[in-house]
Amino acid sequence: MANLVTTEDETMLADAVRGFLDRAAPVSAFRALRDAGKTHDTALWLQMAEMGWAGVLVPEAAGGADMGHAAAGILAREMGKTLVVSPFLSTAVIAATALRQVSDARAMAALAEIAKGQLTYALALDETAKFDPEGTQLTATKVGNGYQLDGRKGFVVDGGSADRLLVLARGDQGLTLFDLPADRDGINRTARNMIDSRDATDIRFDAVQATGDDILGVVDDAMTVLRPALEAGQAALAAEMTGTAIAAFDMTLSYLKDRKQFGALIGSFQALQHRAAHLWSEIEVTSSAIINAGRMLDQDPDNATLAVSLAKARAGQTAKLAVIEGVQMHGGIGMTDAFDIGFYMKRAWVAAEWLGDYSYHAEHVARLRGF
Amino acid sequence: MAFCHAEQVALEGLGMIADQRDPEAFRAALRGWLTENCPAEMRDGARGEDGICWGGKRWAFTSEAQKTWLDRMAAEGLTTPTWPVEVGGAGLDRAREKIFHEEMAALNARSPLQSFGIWMLGPALLKFGSEAQKQTYLPPITRGEIRWCQGYSEPGAGSDLASVQTKCEDMGDHYLVNGQKIWTSYADKADWIFALVRTDRDASKHNGISFLLIDMATEGVTTRPIRLISGASVFCETFFDNVKVPKENVVGEVNRGWDIAKYLLTHEREMISGGAAGLTGGRALGAVLAQATPDGKLTDAVLRAEAMACEIDSLAVGLTLERYKDQAESGRGVGDASAMLKYTGTELNKRRHELLMAVAGSDALDWDGVHQGLPADWLRTKANSIEGGTSEVMLSIISRRVLGLPG
Ligand SMILES: Cc1cc2nc3c(=O)[nH]c(=O)nc-3n(C[C@H](O)[C@H](O)[C@H](O)COP(=O)(O)OP(=O)(O)OC[C@H]3O[C@@H](n4cnc5c(N)ncnc54)[C@H](O)[C@@H]3O)c2cc1C
Repeated sequence: MANLVTTEDETMLADAVRGFLDRAAPVSAFRALRDAGKTHDTALWLQMAEMGWAGVLVPEAAGGADMGHAAAGILAREMGKTLVVSPFLSTAVIAATALRQVSDARAMAALAEIAKGQLTYALALDETAKFDPEGTQLTATKVGNGYQLDGRKGFVVDGGSADRLLVLARGDQGLTLFDLPADRDGINRTARNMIDSRDATDIRFDAVQATGDDILGVVDDAMTVLRPALEAGQAALAAEMTGTAIAAFDMTLSYLKDRKQFGALIGSFQALQHRAAHLWSEIEVTSSAIINAGRMLDQDPDNATLAVSLAKARAGQTAKLAVIEGVQMHGGIGMTDAFDIGFYMKRAWVAAEWLGDYSYHAEHVARLRGF
Repeated sequence: MAFCHAEQVALEGLGMIADQRDPEAFRAALRGWLTENCPAEMRDGARGEDGICWGGKRWAFTSEAQKTWLDRMAAEGLTTPTWPVEVGGAGLDRAREKIFHEEMAALNARSPLQSFGIWMLGPALLKFGSEAQKQTYLPPITRGEIRWCQGYSEPGAGSDLASVQTKCEDMGDHYLVNGQKIWTSYADKADWIFALVRTDRDASKHNGISFLLIDMATEGVTTRPIRLISGASVFCETFFDNVKVPKENVVGEVNRGWDIAKYLLTHEREMISGGAAGLTGGRALGAVLAQATPDGKLTDAVLRAEAMACEIDSLAVGLTLERYKDQAESGRGVGDASAMLKYTGTELNKRRHELLMAVAGSDALDWDGVHQGLPADWLRTKANSIEGGTSEVMLSIISRRVLGLPG
């Protein structure tokens, strides 16, 4: 079993990331974006790319930093702490991992662009309100030498701003993953008004024409490319949610040491102390699952499914608990828009749903554990 | 003799290449040794009370194989794999300790010996004991010759352990002990007891306690078993009536016993949480399922959901225990976080056994039913969140010492 202790390099990375984000992307920056009605921040992404974050999973041959999934998890966790809006998960984690599975000249060129921050992606997968890759209905019909795509995708995270889309489609023989420019004829995007104030988009595909060159990987075999990409994304998203939980908990803990009622700090009341201690314990337990998922993806990616589903399942539950308890322990002020904790609650709900909710991943764990 | 040490292996020509610097060579050598030396009867991975070898002067081995297994493992230092070689351990570092546990599990081998000496007293003596105490008390623990019990709790000192009253008077050439302990697990079967006694009645309550080692065979020591809700009688009332104890039996400084008590409690808590996390193999659930259902699969949606939740939490708690052990190895001790390990591990173990009871239905409500020992195991888990400090006390430790909330 992998060593689960954070290494010195990892601590240094986390500190550096934190230092930058506290300056460039504190929660107030997110609030300003929200108030301006913006769902992404291109300038910030370019700065992140300059520091190598966009290329965290890009091979060095394509100009990336190739630091691995544990490092990507650290970046995601730190971003989660201050609700940083960026295409990091969609592009630097999910798309980069998918492209790496292919690694032909075209994929390497795309990876190089990703590392520079010049190319962004979104994963167009969901069709119903629940994550269900196998249930994909969007059709890829063979027409002459190419394909025609018809159907709809919903809740495409970063879909409104992405340059390209990874589209999961069903053909006669199985599922195929297409890699298309987001402005191809027949693609119609409609922004959704999300509770976390981020970019999620519904997309219609009406007689969209594609060729064999637009396929990522092999026709009728999407999962060879997509499964590692999804697992990378799920692990990083779990790490992000843990960052969200940690930050919500820290805010709550500070409040317990600050707010007075009945002539005493509310943090001296045992009922609240025990809830805080329980919450901290849950976060510690979840953090282990997060580290484990990163290590497994780096060291034994073919057998990482259990570790990833465990991390995503735990992280969603813990983030939800952290924000629920956080709001409760803040009393009335926790319900106000002027106070940040509500942002954490809304983000936690979206993140817990994206790429598979608790039930989805619990089912994976149950199947892998044989019951 | 210890094969874990390259030089010695070479000297004795055992033909095992156990290079200390190469963990995988160690693994291979260990696997070979275990395969050759673990008796077939000891490969059933028995975890229940029946499979445990506690050792001690009065121990009756349940089979010849149990004795052989203990002797062979003890000779290699493997009953206490991480203890120093000088006191009968194998001196394994954390990486090799992990390999050891993996290889034991791969063989489904029983633990050769369990004891309060291994879990609690040993770590305390290694840290606070004199050289003479280490040499006197540790090797017999590793060989399963002396069985220890823990004399902490008293009728008036449970969660508030620092208010122990058992009196220990300095009589010049010896101590005289008078008082009562309660909930002393296996006191009636133990050879020795490590006890918290009050040596200074005037000092503040944490500053007048000493950590004393007492031979249970001394005149004036008596025990009375207490029957548990599970039907077993694992713990006792322990009485000290003018018990004479040699002065060299104090561990550490007189009146500084609370430091040792606290240190030892962190080990106890880790151990208790480990017991809970040990169930993550899914075997406990698997075994019950195999009995309770035709195909080993859960069809009831609510039970299945709870089983999934338990499995997820078991895996994550197990990883957390590993992570904290890894950290302790890198010199960042577990410390007060052991309260978190104990709290999460024991609450989970209770939940898991409630699930098992539900899966097994009325078959689990019969002491002699098909799920051997399940009702007693389930009832026993209820003590997990009481013994070694209750869950409420664990949460208070976390809030004050880890989170810095006001007392
Ligand atoms: C199976 C078993 C084996 C044991 N083995 C041993 C042994 O070998 N040696 C030994 O010395 N002891 C042993 N014990 C004793 C154990 O350590 C004590 O039972 C435990 O510390 C609790 O003390 P108590 O029973 O006096 O409960 P109390 O302290 O009276 O607690 C009663 C209830 O009050 C709660 N409570 C107490 N104080 C607070 C507080 N400040 N805030 C909130 N809630 C609080 C507790 O959580 C609990 O729910 C064993 C116990 C069990 C059940």
